[in-house]
Amino acid sequence: MSRFKKKGQDFLTRRAAILGGGMTLLSSALLGRMYYLQVVNGREYELLANENRISYRIISPQRGEIRDRFERPIAVNKVDYRVNIIPDQCDDVEKTLQSVTQIIALTNRQKRRIRRQFKNQRSYLPVNIAQNLSWDKFAEINVQLPSLAGVHPEVGTVRYYPQNKHIAHLVGYVASISKNDMDGDPLLLVPGFKIGKDGLERTLEKKLRGKAGNRKVEVNSIGREIREISRKNSQSGDLVNLTIDVDIQAYVSERIKHESAAVVVMDIHTGEILSIVSTPAFDPNDFNGGISHKKWNALRIDKRKPLLNKTVAGQYSPGSTFKMVVALAALKAGVITEDTTSVCTGKHEVGDQIFHCWQKRGHGRVNLVQSLSMSCDVFFYETAIKTGIDKIHEMAQKLGLGGKFNIHIPGELRGINPSKSWKKAVIGSSWRGGDSANAGIGQGFVLTTPLQLCVMISRLVNGGRGILPKILMDDAETSKEAPELNIPEHHLKLILQGMNDVMNDSRGTAYRYRIKDKNIAMGGKTGTTQVRRISLAERKKGIIKTTDRPWEHREHALFVGFAPVGHPRYALSVLVEHGGGGASTASPIGRDILKYTMSRDPLLSQNIAFDSQKRTFQKKTIKNKHKIKKKGL
Amino acid sequence: MALEIAPQNNKTLGRSANALGVFDKFSEINWFIVLVVFLITGIGLSLLYSVAGGAVEPWAKKQLIRFIIGLGAMFFIALVNIRVWLYLAYPLYILTLIMLIIVDVMGHKGMGSVRWLDLGFMRLQPSEIMKISLILVLARYFHCLDKGGERKIISLIWPVILIAVPAVLVLRQPDLGTTLLIVFGGIAILFAAGIRFWVFFVGIIASAFLAMLKWSSLPSYQRGRVETFLNPERDPLGAGYQIVQSKIAFGSGGVHGKGFIQGTQSQLNFLPEKQTDFIFTVLAEEFGLIGSAGLLGLYLIIIGYALFVSFSVANRFGRLLILGMGITFFLYIFINMGMVMGMLPVVGVPLPLVSYGGSAMLTAMIGMGFVFSVAIHRNQKIPRGGAFA
Repeated sequence: MSRFKKKGQDFLTRRAAILGGGMTLLSSALLGRMYYLQVVNGREYELLANENRISYRIISPQRGEIRDRFERPIAVNKVDYRVNIIPDQCDDVEKTLQSVTQIIALTNRQKRRIRRQFKNQRSYLPVNIAQNLSWDKFAEINVQLPSLAGVHPEVGTVRYYPQNKHIAHLVGYVASISKNDMDGDPLLLVPGFKIGKDGLERTLEKKLRGKAGNRKVEVNSIGREIREISRKNSQSGDLVNLTIDVDIQAYVSERIKHESAAVVVMDIHTGEILSIVSTPAFDPNDFNGGISHKKWNALRIDKRKPLLNKTVAGQYSPGSTFKMVVALAALKAGVITEDTTSVCTGKHEVGDQIFHCWQKRGHGRVNLVQSLSMSCDVFFYETAIKTGIDKIHEMAQKLGLGGKFNIHIPGELRGINPSKSWKKAVIGSSWRGGDSANAGIGQGFVLTTPLQLCVMISRLVNGGRGILPKILMDDAETSKEAPELNIPEHHLKLILQGMNDVMNDSRGTAYRYRIKDKNIAMGGKTGTTQVRRISLAERKKGIIKTTDRPWEHREHALFVGFAPVGHPRYALSVLVEHGGGGASTASPIGRDILKYTMSRDPLLSQNIAFDSQKRTFQKKTIKNKHKIKKKGL
Repeated sequence: MALEIAPQNNKTLGRSANALGVFDKFSEINWFIVLVVFLITGIGLSLLYSVAGGAVEPWAKKQLIRFIIGLGAMFFIALVNIRVWLYLAYPLYILTLIMLIIVDVMGHKGMGSVRWLDLGFMRLQPSEIMKISLILVLARYFHCLDKGGERKIISLIWPVILIAVPAVLVLRQPDLGTTLLIVFGGIAILFAAGIRFWVFFVGIIASAFLAMLKWSSLPSYQRGRVETFLNPERDPLGAGYQIVQSKIAFGSGGVHGKGFIQGTQSQLNFLPEKQTDFIFTVLAEEFGLIGSAGLLGLYLIIIGYALFVSFSVANRFGRLLILGMGITFFLYIFINMGMVMGMLPVVGVPLPLVSYGGSAMLTAMIGMGFVFSVAIHRNQKIPRGGAFA
């Protein structure tokens, strides 16, 4: 023990003791820190740890399907085979991509997009490599999967429109969300979620979207799911049935695909729209994966406006198809009767203005029915002026012009149903006699949409009931009993007679295009509207042939029709932009479509033989063959 | 404990150390401390089992093998006569230095940042071994110093060189944690050897002054980096992510912990480097304050033992050696625990016997070997002149 008393050793022991003291102090600091973290702030850190570990994942619902009146698909969710890569799970992302491209061919552009996403996206999020794969390719990927770490084949759904172009404007399309679409629904935050951007897809969005489900999951630090804690399933969107008959829709679309045109076909008693087509159209399937710039620009700059739904958003002068309205207003006001006649000399003077009849040499003495069937303008100049615009306005309103029907198709416009007060308010000047004359033949201020014209003709031929157009099968709003419009029956009879004669009287404007079979014969009214005032010089030179003028300067061709003429059931309106004559261009279209529509009607179809493969009417072709043979002989 | 052993020691007092047989020496080992070493390692192994999600692969099994190898090294070192280690201090130091230089050259020949030598059966980190070698060589230096030499400034030159050369080499790797351990371990030996207070005082003032000078000449972006290093929570998603998550894991353990293999932070990978430098956080998360304070307590028993033995060691070499080992041990746990608890910057120091890693395990076991060696041979008097003089 003596060595402990040595001076040097004591000195070193003191140093060791100081070190020991220092270590004790520092150890106390460690202990204090432990106490502070684990006891004092333990609760707070526990909360933070839970925040870390628990994540809510949204379950996307299946979008509701859209079907036609016979449950045939219009918008469905097609199984889509895709392949994703989660970079985080790959040993070497580039190598994995190489192996995948040996199975699926990718363009350089696609590869660039994928590499960009690899770089910019958080590495635990999937990057889509390819979608819309064939089953063979998809199966091949699945077979090779064991050697492809980080590759995830996925069976998803994609919105598919089997009727593609035929249904484009009506159904619209779905596309990725933009900033303005955020409406607080958490679903919209799901990457790749698509919502309706146009057409019914847009207006029925709430119905179709469904409700998001969610899963409470435990995740690890890179967001990968470890296990599910709880789950609330999503709720699919509602199935929507349209009043459309896809066969008629497709027929119409094919019939007018080369025109810039609009057609609405309607059941006159229920207002159910059987077909509503605007051409040229686009393929709504193109928008699914984001439409290419090239395609979009082509659609945007096309002067025939493929993106515009002309049936509801196109406003056109109704032309002579408006004459029924004027006639009814005049009959109601008592300014004309069945027997009132005018003498048409080919022109009519109002003040210092001269109004011409389309028939330069005039129609001679004509009564109401004749002036309808021959579409005499002079009769209606006089009648309109006698009746006064406000009474015409009233009748037009009754028949559905100048108003919106709110039938869920976006972009619906109300057109213009002019009146004295309207002109004062909008144009700022007072109504003149010349304005009435113009309105009398559906020119001037009057503007209508093809949908309105179809409603108008339906109300004229269904006995004067104010049916509303209907596009959804179970739409409470439009399923109500249609109100009586209180138009005297004998007035309507005169109009009907006039429209019958247009087609079926040898002097009628569209006699050439009548349906010859008496059982299914049709009635209608043609209209040809100037898009550009014909100058005096041109008039003096004589009528310039339609086909000699540039497309944009040609007249719009209109036709409203119904069939069968004896017991009307179907009505339609046809508009062909810059189509030339209403009789020569629009009425044959109307005839074919009405005929086809009736061929779909079990009560009427026995009279029509339609070759659905060739999309032609057999009787007609057989007769033509017969004619050719005769000529040949 | 030392008091219990004391009577036994008295029996051997006066006998030549060489005369002490291997079995006598074996019985001289303090088996209570060996038990503590086993306990700490056991905790470490179960934590490695836990962070692997309840599996011996990939860490626990390997670590156990390393521990067994380390155990052999520990007993070997403990039983070899302390004079041998005094004699081998310089050769070992030079060998370690050569290995460090090899690693340094490799690192600068474009082979990337290299810290280890591949010995075939294991990857050896010379910087880890250097901590031991440095203490050996410093202990030897002061053992052989003339009486009162520690009071002369001139006798500081050589130990400063001995410390500085490896420190610079390790800093170049770059491995700031090990550098700090080497420098602070060395300084602690200088202090224990009796270098006068004012020298340390002047040293502290001088380093503070140099640091301030350097600070004012740094461009602002580098200052930002240093600030983030000193206070990582400035950048919670980048550099600070690790420490923020570590603190969450640590604190969320509470008093009792979340249970074995139940730590959400470590099991779900929110905790980076959970099997190496941040393993103490796993313990704190799964076993709470009881676990973390308990492990600290076990370490302090070993360190206390080293300190306590140092009081009764007859030779200066052994006294400085065991103190150096104890202090190095303490520095390890203080820097590691302080770092994972957010008290100190994150510098990359493992927790001895617990963190996964071969060199660290080996270093700790070698250290323990020297602690026991000093304890066994504490009564040997070794003349100032040299090992076998």
